[in-house]
Amino acid sequence: MRFMMLVIPKDYEKAAPDAVPDDAKLVEKMMTYNEDLAKAGVLLSLDGLKPPSAGVRVSFTGGTPKVTDGPFAEAKECVGGYWMIQVKSKEEAIEWAKRAPMPDGETIEVRQVHEMSDFPPDVQAAAAGFEELMGKK
Amino acid sequence: MEPNAAIDAVWKIESAKLIAALVRLTRDVGLAEDLAQDALVAALEQWPAEGIPRNPAAWLMAIAKRRGIDHFRHHTLAGHKHEQLVHEVETHHVPDFDAALEDDVGDDLLRLMFTACHPVLPTEARVALTLKLLAGFTTPEIARAFLAPEPTIQQRIVRAKRTLAEKKVPYEVPAGPELAVRLASVLEVIYLIFNEGYSATAGDDWMRPALCEDAQRLGRVLAGLAPMEPEVHGLVALMDIQASRAAARIGPKGEPVLLLDQNRRRWNRLLIQRGLAALERAERLGRERGPYTLQAAIAACHARASEASQTDWTRIAGLYDELARLRPSPVVELNRAVAHGMAFGPSAGLVIADRVAHEPMLKSYPYLPGVRADLLFKLKRFDEARQEFLRAASLTQNESQKKLLLQKAAAAPGTTDP
Repeated sequence: MRFMMLVIPKDYEKAAPDAVPDDAKLVEKMMTYNEDLAKAGVLLSLDGLKPPSAGVRVSFTGGTPKVTDGPFAEAKECVGGYWMIQVKSKEEAIEWAKRAPMPDGETIEVRQVHEMSDFPPDVQAAAAGFEELMGKK
Repeated sequence: MEPNAAIDAVWKIESAKLIAALVRLTRDVGLAEDLAQDALVAALEQWPAEGIPRNPAAWLMAIAKRRGIDHFRHHTLAGHKHEQLVHEVETHHVPDFDAALEDDVGDDLLRLMFTACHPVLPTEARVALTLKLLAGFTTPEIARAFLAPEPTIQQRIVRAKRTLAEKKVPYEVPAGPELAVRLASVLEVIYLIFNEGYSATAGDDWMRPALCEDAQRLGRVLAGLAPMEPEVHGLVALMDIQASRAAARIGPKGEPVLLLDQNRRRWNRLLIQRGLAALERAERLGRERGPYTLQAAIAACHARASEASQTDWTRIAGLYDELARLRPSPVVELNRAVAHGMAFGPSAGLVIADRVAHEPMLKSYPYLPGVRADLLFKLKRFDEARQEFLRAASLTQNESQKKLLLQKAAAAPGTTDP
């Protein structure tokens, strides 16, 4: 089973566009944690994201996509980074999330990755027929 | 959230390291496992009420230590009567459980892996012991995963531990020329577990296809513990790339779909990426490619082709040539024939296939006549092609494959009979 652990840092929605991690001790703890995930054979990938103030939203209402520069005033939370892990159960994903060295006020949201077999048969068939829809080259 | 599922999760994370440290301390796989089990039982009794401790590993080791000291004291007392000796035992002969967790656990895990996969044990015993000691499986879980009765698995594990004790298998990481052979044994066990999962069908107990993930995990752990061994990275690469095709391998009716017919948009790109990275690590370690690295390199050729028509068959042919030199076998020759046929034309392929046409090992192997049939067809030798398609159809267990082969036989243009 695969899970994403989404990091919801405190106040990241207010961070400046060029903000970078500057707490060396925390970074070290993170590196150790990432190593632990790798050594346990569960880590698939991880990344840190620049803040919303450096980002852009593409919103879809009534046809034309609308592009808005960050920051986004209405958003009270935002994603700061993620780990993708492969574990035996949801409980194991939760246990790993509990072990992350997160400072006070931060949150990790644990979300399972869909496997193709999760989808109803007609959706699976649609996904399988994608090639035919595009016309075989 | 059910307390047991959370405790199972902690066990999955911590048990291998715990057992590995205990084996080093007690020099006895059976005893180490018993002490670890005692700790698990204690956890199941106390954690539901108290909550899971902040440092579960230390908690479990503390219980194991207490039971371990009891064991050593009891066993020494059996041979001695004087009370003074109890003091001696506690200061000199009882293993230092406290220090165990601070020491480098990596070496312990590696030693445990080599021990569980020792060639003195029959293969199925190595598989069961590895899943029990290194992957946190319970005996019932192993039984479910391998479609075997629980008592059979139980016996297998008991006998394995007894053999290790009787043969006085040293608890160590092998060195020198022995390392290659022993490592091959570990890789064989991991790949066996993977293949058991890979061959499981969608209708099976979910624990069976999940075996692929268990094997991949063991492979990654091993890659972290033995990063300088190219074949470990080769096996990790092979498993990741094969696993990347999981979603594409099954058709709408649950029938298997051959590699060249698969919808490649359903291949998992992240796993392919990881597989290619692991392959690169294996190849960068410089030495001549071993069998797992070669098989991974072949899988990588397919993975890099966005469509079957883009496959670099010349490269695959060269890799099979190398594999055939290293690990000659009729099945490798047959695959080599397919690759040469695709790269250099059907004649080239047929020459190789014909050389293994009478191998006893391939007598009932449907792919032999199937491969010859395709090559003969391309060479317009239609009568012979038809015969081979029919023979292949009679040998295959797979209904949809059979239908396909019979269609191909019928499609072969008729020629005058001999």
